[in-house]
This record gives sequence, structure tokens and C-alpha cells, in this order.
Amino acid sequence: MGKTLFEKIWDAHVIAQDEGAPAVLYIDAHLVHEVTSPQAFATLSERGLRVRRPDKTFATMDHAIPTRIGALEVDWPDDAATQVRALRQNCAEFDVPLYDIEGEIQGIVHVIGPELGVTQPGMTIVCGDSHTSTHGAFGALAFGIGTSEVGHVLATQCLMQTKPKTFAINVEGDLGTGVTAKDIILAIIAKNGAGGGVGHVFEYRGPAIRALDMASRMTICNMSIEGGARAGLIAPDETTFNYIKGRTFAPKGDQWEKAVSRWWTLTTDEDATFDRELTLDASALAPMVTYGTNPGQGVSVNGRVPRAQDLEDPADRRSLQNALEYMGLTEGQPIEGQHVDIVFIGSCTNSRIEDLRAAAAIAKGRRVSDHVEALVVPGSKAVKAQAEAEGLDRIFSEAGFEWRGAGCSMCLAMNDDKAGEGKYVASTSNRNFMGRQGPGSRSLLMSPIMAAAAAVNGRVTDVREIL
Amino acid sequence: MQPFTTLTSTALPLRTENVDTDQIIPARYLTAVTQEGMGDGLFSWWRYSRDGSPNPDFVLNQPQYQGSEILVAGRNFGIGSSREHAVWALTQYGFRAVISPAFADIFYNNSLKNGLLPIRLPEATVRSLLDLVEELSKTSICIDLQNQTVTLPGLLDGETSDAETSWSFDIDPFRKHCLLRGLDDLGYLLDKEEQISAFEAAVSL
Repeated sequence: MGKTLFEKIWDAHVIAQDEGAPAVLYIDAHLVHEVTSPQAFATLSERGLRVRRPDKTFATMDHAIPTRIGALEVDWPDDAATQVRALRQNCAEFDVPLYDIEGEIQGIVHVIGPELGVTQPGMTIVCGDSHTSTHGAFGALAFGIGTSEVGHVLATQCLMQTKPKTFAINVEGDLGTGVTAKDIILAIIAKNGAGGGVGHVFEYRGPAIRALDMASRMTICNMSIEGGARAGLIAPDETTFNYIKGRTFAPKGDQWEKAVSRWWTLTTDEDATFDRELTLDASALAPMVTYGTNPGQGVSVNGRVPRAQDLEDPADRRSLQNALEYMGLTEGQPIEGQHVDIVFIGSCTNSRIEDLRAAAAIAKGRRVSDHVEALVVPGSKAVKAQAEAEGLDRIFSEAGFEWRGAGCSMCLAMNDDKAGEGKYVASTSNRNFMGRQGPGSRSLLMSPIMAAAAAVNGRVTDVREIL
Repeated sequence: MQPFTTLTSTALPLRTENVDTDQIIPARYLTAVTQEGMGDGLFSWWRYSRDGSPNPDFVLNQPQYQGSEILVAGRNFGIGSSREHAVWALTQYGFRAVISPAFADIFYNNSLKNGLLPIRLPEATVRSLLDLVEELSKTSICIDLQNQTVTLPGLLDGETSDAETSWSFDIDPFRKHCLLRGLDDLGYLLDKEEQISAFEAAVSL
């Protein structure tokens, strides 16, 4: 019987499989950032170990750093500065290449990995960050790990892993105007639930996926973890290869042709079977908005917040009621028109140049509503430079958006970008958990163009009406 | 890692689904460069009022549940971020086991690497355990990892004759072996040096 894409990558990386033990999986690329690595480096020091393959390890700083342009490091909060110093010291001591905020190349780890060509089809990629699933957009098996496992990979380039199951997500049809990759993934999670993918690796398939550019594919794979999956994959194709070609770490010369012919084999065989399947019709989708406190609580912009009485399961009812109490929303209310205080365009989900171009096209010639505070945080220094070369920063600034430096920013409120108590945030990020974007903050997840439309109207808006 | 063999303790009922790792430990506690100090941040949004005082309505602050080493929670416990800090917060606070109908994968993995035993039991069982410990906070729950059982020793004498008082749970045999002995993965992986080098040579990485 044939193999799925996941099985092909998995099998090629299992270096030992003892009876009754998890597989030992070789890791091709390890991405490191300031928040989940210090305790792992400490373990190496305590045990007198070195980083086995510094050449397969790539570090940057993104989570805790301020993104305000001109924020001097001497003025940073102590804890962020301490973490950044610890990362610098660890990278120097263990010879790990560091893409420092002081340098030319830096940004959100899941934006710069692909940008540098580190991310390639068929690889195994890990990082102490759940959104490592992003790299699956290139047909790489990529997943988040805890700090103990960061230490394991640093020391041995390997991990012990139990083989996940496979889950095909078929997205048929064509997306309508104003409907994006973000809406596809929010719709998948709304349908399958925040825990629906536990123990599985998603493979996104079908014509609607094939039609997407790499930024959009990354948006989808990024939120695989929000659907509970261990990872998400998209088989590589011409679109993937065109993206990778010529990047810093991409194969060069003869190696390029060899790599491409190898990468073409990274597809699910026709006679392979998946443990589970789900099918979605892209042409039936509308822009999505979340109303609750987990990413599975989302509806179409033309839809209404569900009513508890319509849910069968008492736990689902309680979950809905708790979410709505926190969110200050009412059962059965239309989500369109919901008041918005803050707009955040950024995060490893939606901060690439394509995202910013799309949002800028909505912002152009319009003004951010008087009561809205809006910020645009590019995913990397390269994205920022590209956007500035195209004049997107001016479009945003003239419209009243604040233009920032690269980092995670208000996605997780680890730095000083925090939404205030009770504030509604139209956000292009990935999580609407309670307090995620600041104590008491209320997140409404949506696509970049939907967020830009919410900024100009000051409320949740169907972006298709202003396209 | 602290070995886990058996545990008998009262349990703290957290009747909430989809408890994400941002609730278990908010990002502001992630600025540490050591593992210490996470226990104070456990369930911080729920546990403290905005002025920093304990919220008396939250179950963790209720006197009858002080000292409980078992947490019983709704399904999809630990969704979200990969932060191992969530597990450190639970263990530093004093929890040694979490019972839920379903766990997020990364949280489940992280737990096993820190001697925190995640136990999956059917939804109806967890619901009845929540009912029980909410009503009778002094109920002792006994977890036996070797035999993979959760029992209610105090109720075995027939006080609630019609209620079920023992359940078995699944765990990967290797993970069980490691937990029982307090072994971590690193030693095992370091022993694979020969295979790792052979693999690297074969694919000329």
C-alpha cells in the first residue's frame, strides 16, 4: 500500500525504533528563540554537553522584544533584556548562529525560517513554539516542542516521538473574492473543534489549497495546532520551489535540480489511506470571525453568535456561556457590527508581505476610525524593508495605523504591546484565549483584510462590501 | 525527574473545558530564564483579582481543596502554546497528576517529561469525579501507575454501593517505565550516538 506524505517524511527520519519505545526521530532544522530556550541551554551546561549540530540550529529573538520603532535596548523592560542577553550568551557559548535584533536579519522565527530558505520540503523541523506547524506549508514535518525537548535536540539532534495518525483535510472549490486562507483555517477549526486534531497530523489537500501562494499556505499550516493537530502539511509543488529558489540556505547549482526532483516525490501516494478525513467547500466560505475564547469558536461574518440552547452537550453549553460572559457578547447577536477598540495586524499567522499588501489595499485612502488604535507589526526586518520599499508603511501611517518593527508583539502580549482590560481586538493572530493579548483583552480573530476593514469602520465589517 | 508510582490525595475540581496554557501560566511569567517561580503564576488570571488579591470564588483558593495533588478538569486540557512553563507551574504548585477526558499533545508530552501524570478517562467518568469532589471535597483518589488504575479507596466499602469506584487508564508502556523510575529521554538519546552518527554519515548531512 502507498504512503501518505507524512509517512514518507517520518520513515525517512526514524533512526532507531526499539521494541516498546517511541521512535527516535532525526531533526534537520532546529529553530530557537529567547523564551523557551534558556532552561534547555542550562540543562546542557549542567550535564557538560555541547550543541551537537550548531549548523542545523538557528536562533533569533521575537517574543519578548519591544517592536516600537526607536525603542532603545537600554530602555527595554528588565525581563526582556535579561532574556535577550541570555540568548546571546548561550548562542556565543554553544556556537549557535543568532539572528540578533541588532543585525540585518531578525524577526518572528516562523517568518525568517522560510525567508532564509532554512525551511525545505521533506525536512523535520522543530522549535520550542507551537506555531512551528507553519513550516508544514513547504511539505516539511514541523512541530512545536517543550523546553525539555529543546534540550534533547540541542544535545543529540534527535527526539523521541510516538507516531501520530494522519488526517486529510480536503478543501474543494475556489475561494470567493475577499475570502482568504485565514478564513479556510478558521472554518476548519470551527467545524472540527479546537481539540479535533489531537494525536493527528493534518494534510491539507485539494484545488483550493493548490491555488494558494506560500504566505497563504503558511497561514493555514500555522493554525494546525489551533485545531489540536500535532502538525499540518501541504505537499510541495512549483509554487513551493519558486518560493525557495535563490534563498540563502536553498540548494544551489546542480544541487538545486537534484533537490527539486527529490521534492517532487513528496506527495501522498494515490493508494495511501488516512486515519481520518474531512472535506470543506471553499466556494461556500465567507470571511470568518471568532466570538469566543478558543479558535474553534468562530462564525462567518454574516452569522450570529450561537445560542446555548442549540447545543446538545452540557460541557459545550458551559464553555459557550463562559466565553460569552468573558467576551461581553450576547447569544444570537450578529457578529457583524461588533464594536472594535484595537486592531492588530501581525503575528506568525499573518505578518508576511502578502498579508501587509492585502491589508494596505483596504487601508489606502481611508482613515482608521477615531476610537480605534491600530498597529501593523511586520513579521521580519525583511518584510518591513520590503513593505517600506513598496510604500506600504506610508499608506498605513497616512490611514492612522502605527507602523512597527518586527516581532510577536500583541499576539501574546509578552512585550509592552498589550490590549487593555475589556478592549475588543480585531486581530490577525492565532489565539483568542482569555487575557492572551493583555489582561482582560477580548480577541476577535480574522484575516488581515477583515482587520483592516474593522479598523476603518471601528466595528466588525464584511470586507467584501468595501472591496 | 521525580518518579511516579502511586499517589493518594484529595482532588481539585476544575469544571472547565479547553483550559489553555495561557490560563495555566500567562505569558508574563515566561520572561524568566530559570524554571523557578512558576507556581505563583498558576491560573493567574482566575486565581487573582486584578488588584493582585486572591479571588475567593476560584476553586484553587478554596480552603477545602488546599493540598490537593490531583487536578480534575474538563476536556482538551492544555491546548495552545508549547510552553513547558505550564507543567512547571502545576508541579511547583504541588500537582502530581491531572485527570481529563482529553489533553493537547504538546502539554501531554511535556507532562511526562516532568513527572506529572496526565490521565485520560472517559468524559462521563470525569464528570462523575467532578460531581463527587465538588460535593465531598475530602474524597481521596488513589492513582496506581503500575496497575494503571484510578480508585476511590474511601468508597470501596459500599458507602455508595451503586457507584463505580475503580477505572483503568491507558499509557504508553515506555512512558510508564520512565515515570515509574524517574528516567528522562536525554540519557536514552545520548546512548543512540552510534545510530545518530551512522544516519548523519549515510545521508551526508
